[in-house]
Amino acid sequence: MNMRGLVDSFFNVRIMAQYLPALARGLLVTVEIASLSLALGLTLGMILAVVRVAIKRRGTPRLVRLLNLPLALYVDSMRALPPLVTLVVVYFALPYLGIYISRFWSAVSVFVLVLAAFASEIFRAGIESVDSGQMEAARSQGVSYLQTMRYVIVPQAFRVALPPLTSRMVSITKDVSLASVIGVADLLKEAKLGIANTYNTSPLIAAAILFTLLFLPLVRLSMLVERRMKR
Amino acid sequence: MSEFARNFFNVEIMARSWTIIRVGLSNTVQLAIVALICAALFGLLLAVIRALRNKVLNTLIIIYVDLFRALPTIVLFMIVYYMLPFFGLSFPLFWGAVVALTINGAAYFEEIFRAGIEAIDAGQWEAARSLGLDFRQTMTKVILPQAIRIVIPPATSNSLELVKTTVLASVISMPDLLYKAQQAAGLWYNPTPLVLAALIFLVLLWPFVRLTGYLERRMK
Repeated sequence: MNMRGLVDSFFNVRIMAQYLPALARGLLVTVEIASLSLALGLTLGMILAVVRVAIKRRGTPRLVRLLNLPLALYVDSMRALPPLVTLVVVYFALPYLGIYISRFWSAVSVFVLVLAAFASEIFRAGIESVDSGQMEAARSQGVSYLQTMRYVIVPQAFRVALPPLTSRMVSITKDVSLASVIGVADLLKEAKLGIANTYNTSPLIAAAILFTLLFLPLVRLSMLVERRMKR
Repeated sequence: MSEFARNFFNVEIMARSWTIIRVGLSNTVQLAIVALICAALFGLLLAVIRALRNKVLNTLIIIYVDLFRALPTIVLFMIVYYMLPFFGLSFPLFWGAVVALTINGAAYFEEIFRAGIEAIDAGQWEAARSLGLDFRQTMTKVILPQAIRIVIPPATSNSLELVKTTVLASVISMPDLLYKAQQAAGLWYNPTPLVLAALIFLVLLWPFVRLTGYLERRMK
């Protein structure tokens, strides 16, 4: 193996420094997509979880209950499909449906859809883990269904949901780099442009270092949360 | 509506692209099986080494696990791809993808197996060792058989994630299901093959989605 060639084409400091501004721009886009996807995905997931729990309870009209079927289908598909496949299908499909949104927003909507599906399952398991006596007690005191959810059930469900939720959040943030496949100018895309311009892989290694610096604290945090909650 | 069907569920194109899609499907299945076995075995090996409680080895394993849990898998695939020429030009893409999936998957499997091994009561170690069993015997005959039962739910869910990750091989132009579907979509200028690929993934992986949910619920 040609060691000097390897070092020169992977750890060329001059090229890394040259592409640092472009990589920083890409990093900003990655962070933007990640924050939007997390905020919107978690909100949508929470709403979905409450809706699915609510329509399952007794007294719900049968017609409303039928709503559970498409929701379950959506959640299961998102859990079964590789996010890259969803991304490629949505990106190619939208124009045919007459929907013209930018690559950036195509990517954000896919990550939101994927995260919401996983988050809704996690929240739902959390809500269902809270003893049903709590709901009955609150309702018997005259607290409305939505208020009981908001002030009694969800805060307790959240504690149960936190460990799997953080690890899923980390995994969706890492998936943000898939957006480069449909041409979003994120950190990975900037690195690829750097490789194409210099015939040298150093920009990719620089990007890998930036990704690691960005995600390592998140990975550590999610492991910490998992261990804390086990006790 | 017919316009929609013509573009997404075009049966004629589905039938015609099947010969292309089939090649991709077969590659994806092979990649998934080989990578899953390699990643699980490597992860298990790391977890067992970690049980030796050697400070230097443990630090190295922790760095490895943290690093590859933090690095997006697609970046790892690309690094492996660009490094392949340094291992000889004839290094097949298939094994490049296996290497990337193994490096990444083992980091997760190590954590799962370690948690399983650590969940076994320390008294079991002491009892086995006091009966004269050595480390290897204690591990293979006492600890692992019990740990395996604990790790089945998280290991199943991690295996599902790993199989889903195989589509990243398309990014380094290994002709997997997604790559072949994109090729067919380009050939007929119609996204139907992509929908077909998505449907195949759905049919193949949906039972496992249900299975992981079932196993996790049962563990509780």
